[in-house]
Amino acid sequence: MAGKKNKNPHDKHHLSRRTLREWMYGYIFIAPWIVGVCIFFIYAMVQSLRFSFSKIVFVNGITFQPLNYLWENYASVFVNEVNFPTTLGSFTMGLVLQLPIIIAFSLIIALLLNGNIKFRSGFRMIFFLPVIIATGPVMNQLTAQGVASVPMMSAASLANLLGMLPDFLANALTELFNSLILILWNSGIQILIFLSGLQKVSRVMYEAAKIDGASGWESFWKITLPNVRSIILLNAVYTVVTLATGGTNAIIDLIYNATYTATKGYSYGMAMSWIYTAIIAVILLIVFLLFKEKSDRHVKYEQKRVTLR
Amino acid sequence: MKLLTLPPKGARKDYYKKQFLGSNEKRGILWSIVVYVLLITIAFIYVYPVLYMLSRSFMSSTDLLDSSATWIPSSLSLRNYVQAIKTMDYWNSLAKNIYLAAVPTLCQVFICSLVGYGFARYKFPGKMIWMGILLLSFLLPTQTTALPNYLLFQNWGLMDGSIKPFFLTAILGQGFKSVLCILIFYNFHRQVPWSLIEAAEIDGAGHIKAYFRIAIPLSSAAIVCVTLFSFVWYWNETYLIRQYLGYGATRNNALTTLMIELNNFENSYATAYSTASASTTSTDRLNDAIKMAGTMLSIAPLMIMYFFLQKQFVESVDRAGITGE
Repeated sequence: MAGKKNKNPHDKHHLSRRTLREWMYGYIFIAPWIVGVCIFFIYAMVQSLRFSFSKIVFVNGITFQPLNYLWENYASVFVNEVNFPTTLGSFTMGLVLQLPIIIAFSLIIALLLNGNIKFRSGFRMIFFLPVIIATGPVMNQLTAQGVASVPMMSAASLANLLGMLPDFLANALTELFNSLILILWNSGIQILIFLSGLQKVSRVMYEAAKIDGASGWESFWKITLPNVRSIILLNAVYTVVTLATGGTNAIIDLIYNATYTATKGYSYGMAMSWIYTAIIAVILLIVFLLFKEKSDRHVKYEQKRVTLR
Repeated sequence: MKLLTLPPKGARKDYYKKQFLGSNEKRGILWSIVVYVLLITIAFIYVYPVLYMLSRSFMSSTDLLDSSATWIPSSLSLRNYVQAIKTMDYWNSLAKNIYLAAVPTLCQVFICSLVGYGFARYKFPGKMIWMGILLLSFLLPTQTTALPNYLLFQNWGLMDGSIKPFFLTAILGQGFKSVLCILIFYNFHRQVPWSLIEAAEIDGAGHIKAYFRIAIPLSSAAIVCVTLFSFVWYWNETYLIRQYLGYGATRNNALTTLMIELNNFENSYATAYSTASASTTSTDRLNDAIKMAGTMLSIAPLMIMYFFLQKQFVESVDRAGITGE
């Protein structure tokens, strides 16, 4: 700061020094995170990939032994782990079915809570409850008690209805109905994210649309939905990530158990988790392609036109 | 006369229809009924398990079997709570849990605020790459990196059941869901008018000073929001906490959390009431009511915190703009 006064602000040399200082301070602010991400993320990822492609022996520290062939761990997962492909399949199926329900449900709730309703703060307090207590052990206790399922819909009556569907789909749907309340419990943060997004949609647009004679239904499709499109993407990604890494997940239990079983071991567990990661990555990619803003410029243009009116 | 006071028959019908079904200007009664029924049903779904837990937790073992006492216990017995407190070593575990959740939360909030501000305020080469890595580290399941990190902590001698691994990860921006915290701060700081910070810089405040004097006070809403979220996340996590504490950790030789105690409830109960569990006729046998009391006790601190801070929480979520643009 010392010599700043004497410098002409239009001096090219001064400008470049300023930019350099900007760069430096940018890096100073994010430095702790860079150190952390290098150690606990990048290094850890490289290590876990290495683990999955080698055999680890714990004698005086870790030694890596070469495998018979490169993909041995991955192949043996599919050979030895009978439950893994089926659990993975039913998990993926469940995720694909749950995702639209969670998104639609939380959007509807957020719209209702954002509207003009009585006891708004009371409702909000209740609807934030899942954020606080929807957690692994507590949810497990509730599921064990049968509180977290819909009592009216017994699996038997559903089975008739679903009899005509293919087996894997019928199973997934039964699962879905049984865990409907759990799904609602999993939507806490999503409701919150939608709510805060909805509050940013300008009131002016709705009023302009109203003057032009648009009904509430029309303004939902023409104004609300395009405006929350990016938030839908955010929520969908968030939902996939939390469901995939959450504590009530059967696959994580499988990986965890395999890792700490003497006959299977670390490299085996790592191979399993990389297979799992690959599947989640594919799901995320699909989600991203579905919800990404295709006509971003068009929407922005429309917005501008509506506001100008 | 009559024709003057009331609209003609066709118009009257239209009037009632408008009141009931609503129009473009005003929502009808039917719509309101649908909205409130929906909201109340879902609110009930959320409140029901809590009420159920609460009522169950006060029931004696005879009440549990008695079908007439489905909701209201015949007597308000605190016996279940006494047993649950003993089983979980409650006060001790609670103190450890608060320590284990609060310290990393404070570190996490500070570091994430710093990093979020850095990303939002400055342009620097490689920024896009770092942002990409930030998002990637959120998307990848923790399980892929958990094990190498476990070995790393072990090599560094951090696995002694203390707060060290939690502190280290939080201070380096790698705590539980740190990425979300960073993104909340990032979005918030992007909305702050630059004129304020530029004015401060013209007045001679350095970059660091501008952050502490202006950016931090301005981002109070985001700070409240992230603090509450982090605390809840640290409170509720079990998988990573068990890993960071080391697998040999018990509540006697290491830190613990109430969620871990809840997971171990059955084993702990068997040890605490070892003589009772042997005889099946004893009233001290583990039953659902005692488990429910334990569950209630482990979420009670969060519920109390939420009850007192819910106004700030709701407001901060509104103002923090966790979604960005």
